[in-house]
This record gives sequence, structure tokens and C-alpha cells, in this order.
Amino acid sequence: MKKKLIWGAVVLLAILHKDFWWWSDTTIVFDFLPVGLAYHAFISVCASILWALAVVYAWPEDLEAEAEGE
Amino acid sequence: MTVLIVIICYLMLLVSLGVASARFGKQTSNDFFVAGRSIGPFLLFMSLFGTTMTAFALVGSSGEAYERGIGVYGLMASASGIVHSAVFFLIGMKLWVFGKKYGYTTQIQYFRDRFESDAIGLVLFPVLVLLVLPYLLIGLLASGASISALTQGALPSLFAGGAVPPWLGSLVICFVVLTYIFFGGIRGAAWANAFQTCVFIILGMVAFYMIADALGGAKNATQMVLAHKPDLLARSAHISKFEFATYMLIPLSVGMFPHLFQHWLTAKSAKSFRLSIIAHPLFIMLVWVPCVLIGVWASSAMINGGLIVPEHSRANQVLTILIRNLLDSPILTGLLGAGILAAIMSSLDSQFLCLGTIFTNDIVLHYADENKISNQQKIWIARGFIIAIVAATYFISLFKPRQVFPLAIWCFTGFSSLFPLVFASIYWKKTTKIGAFASILTAIFMWLFFFLKADWGAKSSFVLPEILPFISASTESMQITIMPVLPIIICSTLALIIGSLLSSPPSEKTVAKFFK
Repeated sequence: MKKKLIWGAVVLLAILHKDFWWWSDTTIVFDFLPVGLAYHAFISVCASILWALAVVYAWPEDLEAEAEGE
Repeated sequence: MTVLIVIICYLMLLVSLGVASARFGKQTSNDFFVAGRSIGPFLLFMSLFGTTMTAFALVGSSGEAYERGIGVYGLMASASGIVHSAVFFLIGMKLWVFGKKYGYTTQIQYFRDRFESDAIGLVLFPVLVLLVLPYLLIGLLASGASISALTQGALPSLFAGGAVPPWLGSLVICFVVLTYIFFGGIRGAAWANAFQTCVFIILGMVAFYMIADALGGAKNATQMVLAHKPDLLARSAHISKFEFATYMLIPLSVGMFPHLFQHWLTAKSAKSFRLSIIAHPLFIMLVWVPCVLIGVWASSAMINGGLIVPEHSRANQVLTILIRNLLDSPILTGLLGAGILAAIMSSLDSQFLCLGTIFTNDIVLHYADENKISNQQKIWIARGFIIAIVAATYFISLFKPRQVFPLAIWCFTGFSSLFPLVFASIYWKKTTKIGAFASILTAIFMWLFFFLKADWGAKSSFVLPEILPFISASTESMQITIMPVLPIIICSTLALIIGSLLSSPPSEKTVAKFFK
């Protein structure tokens, strides 16, 4: 179940990556960052968090044993 | 002159590091090619990250952002943060298991076993080598252009404009990289990558801070863009939505990069991958956000009413022109130049090495009597092939210089087109030799078709009527920009599925070997 949730979140993040709602927006945030760039930097941070969760909850425990031929 | 001296010192330091790493190796071919499968999490992460962050990441991203704006980050960087880690997780670790279990050193050894076919190696070998070539070309072009832009006026009595010419800059970089990988093999490349990754991340941040400061602060730099080229702060003027969506297939290329495959095999254990999977998106952000912002700022940055980067400057040189013209300190300019070269060389080394590795293992040792070839001979065969390929690439780089970004996209498109092959080989038992051949050949022919149609890679996207001639070019709704990677991946996947379903399944022995 946890693995399915993680992979579902990965798909959701890939969909959220297509932020067409800010396509023509030149709003500046934090005084210097265009909103389109700020959003995608946020996507990168979310990706890191998501992969950390994947490593904790969806890690294939049997890989080491498989590599040793067990 | 100071800039040149700083760069020379950096290059000498790098060569010393490569020589030092050789002392820790065992001088066996296994150590030369896969570092005795002993690389831990930190060094593996630095190697993988340094290898994927090429000239494309620093020089290409800033140059492309200079022309197309902030959308460049979403096109490649944030998409790569999601896709690269997924590939490390789903493909990299599984291939590491097979590599450790069955002693593989190259992708081709795996595919030969998985598809019970010797011939698949003969088809894949030229394809992989030819696809790595443009990648090497990117590094050579960017290093030559960067050194030339940074050393203007340094040697007025020797060269026109006083700058080290690009052909000489590229040549020196080739010699430096060849020297440290010849001494240290993949271990030397891993050490050098770790060092260079630290260098280009730290110096990249310093460059960002210094450039922002010289422009009157980040706020002021962005305001100048808002006043002169506001279109670069959004995406609608330079990138179509469909192009943006299809770009996400490009980072799949890491699944088939032979140089990444070789780094995966150096891992000590599956756990060594954890740091790479988690930190990769974050570090991409640390490198790309400053570069994209610098590129966008460069379009409108002015001092005393004049543009700092003259209009229609070569995109490959935007970053170096900005550093040179904005920063007063030659030492700092030299260090930042070294940072750019670090990013370029941290990819070139792995690419050089992987070519020697696949030639030695998949051609020479596969067809010759391995017992008659000593460890030292194996290493020298690899070195000889590396020199031949580097010489050929260097020769090509002297002609037809292309922009880094589009050239990289063509290279990535080729590797992404082969992604269905590696994915299916791991996760679909019924993938057969015929399906594999059908997929590879479809990918090759379609890639060649689009590459030639794009005037040898001069552009990297098409509008729909260019691909489907029966669609009227006058129909406005059909003026969709599309990346060639989309039709190629669809067709190579279909060819793989149809070919596999229409042929006999792999033997039970092979299925048992690769599937639990």
C-alpha cells in the first residue's frame, strides 16, 4: 500500500510539473525570482522529499541478497 | 594573464589528484573499469551528479536561458529531478544487482545475456559509441569557448585578440582528462568527479552572488529584465506547452547512458544509491537556478546604458562574458572559469572511459581469447581506443561548431529512444531478442530521419506539419511544437512489444536468471 502511494505521488508530481496556469505570468516573488522559476524550484525540493520517502517506505529490501545470489 | 595562470594551476591540481588516486587502486582491469565495485554513497553520488551535470548544465543552461528565458529550468532541471532519481531507483539498482551477480562491466554484456544474442552487441556497440560522440563534442566545444572567452587579452603577442583559441583550449582539456583517467581509471574519474563537483557547486554559488552584487543586487538585475525583455520571465513567448510536456521524456536518457551504467556498477552496495536518489533533485536545483537566472539577467544587464553581453553573442559564451566583464578580480574570474571547466571535465572523464571499457570488453575480449590478454594489455587496449575516439571527436569539433543545448538534446533523444529496451528487459519477462532488435532499429532509423531533417541537429523541435506532411501547415490548431523524442519512443516501444509478442519467448533458463 505504501509503495503504491509513493508511486502515485511520483505520478502526481510529474503532472504538477506541467504548470500551464503560470505560463504567461511574469510576477516576481521574493523580489527577484519569477514565479514560474520559483514554482519549479519548489518542484525540485518536493522531488527530493518524495524520493526520501520512497527510500524509507518503498525500498526493495531483497536487492543485496539478490546480488549475492541468495 | 592571471586568469590563465589560475586555470593552469587548477588543471595541474586535477592531474595530481588522478595520479594520487592510482596509488589506492590495485592496477587490475577490474579496478580500472569498475573500481573493484567498492564505491560508497558519497563518492557514488558525487560521481553520478558530476557526470550528469555537464557543459550542458552550466554553459548550455545559461546560454539557452539567455535566449529562451526561465522556462529552460522546467524543461530540463525540475523534470530531471523527478525522472533521474526514478531511473536510479528502478533501473540503476537492478542493473547493479545483475552486474554484481554475473560480473558485468558493460551494458552490452548484460543485453547479450538477457536477449541470448551475440549480434545485439554488434548492433548496440556502434549505436552507443556514436551517441556518446555528440556528448563529447558538447564538452570540447564548451571548454574551448569558455577558455577563449576567459583569456581575452592574456596573450596578445601569441594569438589574435590575445585569447587562447578554442582549438587549443579544447586540446588542453582533452590532455588533462586523458592523463588523470589513464592513471586512475574509473577510480580516478570518481575522485576527480567528487572534487570537481564540489568546485563547480561552490564556485557557481560564488559566481551567482558576485554577479548579482555587481548588477546592483538580484532585485535590480531582475527589474532590468522586466523593463527590457519581460518575455524571458515567463514561458509563453519562447516555449509551447506541448514542447514543454514532451521534454519530460528527454531525461529518460540516463537509463541508457553507458558512462552512468559504469558508475552504477562501481557501487559497493544497493544502499550506496540512497544518497544519489534523494539528493540529486536538490543539487540539480542548486546548480540550475543560479545558471538560469544569470542567463536571463545577461539578456538585459547594463552598465552605463550599454549591454554587458552584446546582442547576438554566442549563447555558449554568455556566462563567461558576464563573469569577465562584471568582475574586477582576475583571480576570481580564473577560479570561476575553473568551476566551469570542472563541470565540463567531470562528464568528459566518464564518457572517455566508458568508450574504452565497452570497446575492450564487448569487442576485443568478447571475440579474442581473454586468457591470452594480460591485465595491463586490457588497460592499454582501452586507452588506445579512448585516444582514437577523442582524436576523432576533437577533429569534428574543429568544424561546424553547434550550440551546446540543441546538440545535447539530440544526444539525449537518442539515448531516451533506447529507454524502452532497458526498462522492458528488466520488468517484462516476455521481451525477446526480436523485440529488442526491432526496438533498436526503429529508434536508430527514426533518430537519423529527424536529425537529418533538422539540418544535422541545427534545431531540436518541429511543428506537427513538418513531421506529418498530410496535416495542412495553414491549420492554426495544428501548429503544435513537438520534440522528436515523443514519436521515436512511441514507435520504438510499439516495435518492442509487437516484435516480442510475435516471436518465441526467451528460454526458461534466461527468465530464471533475470526474474525471481
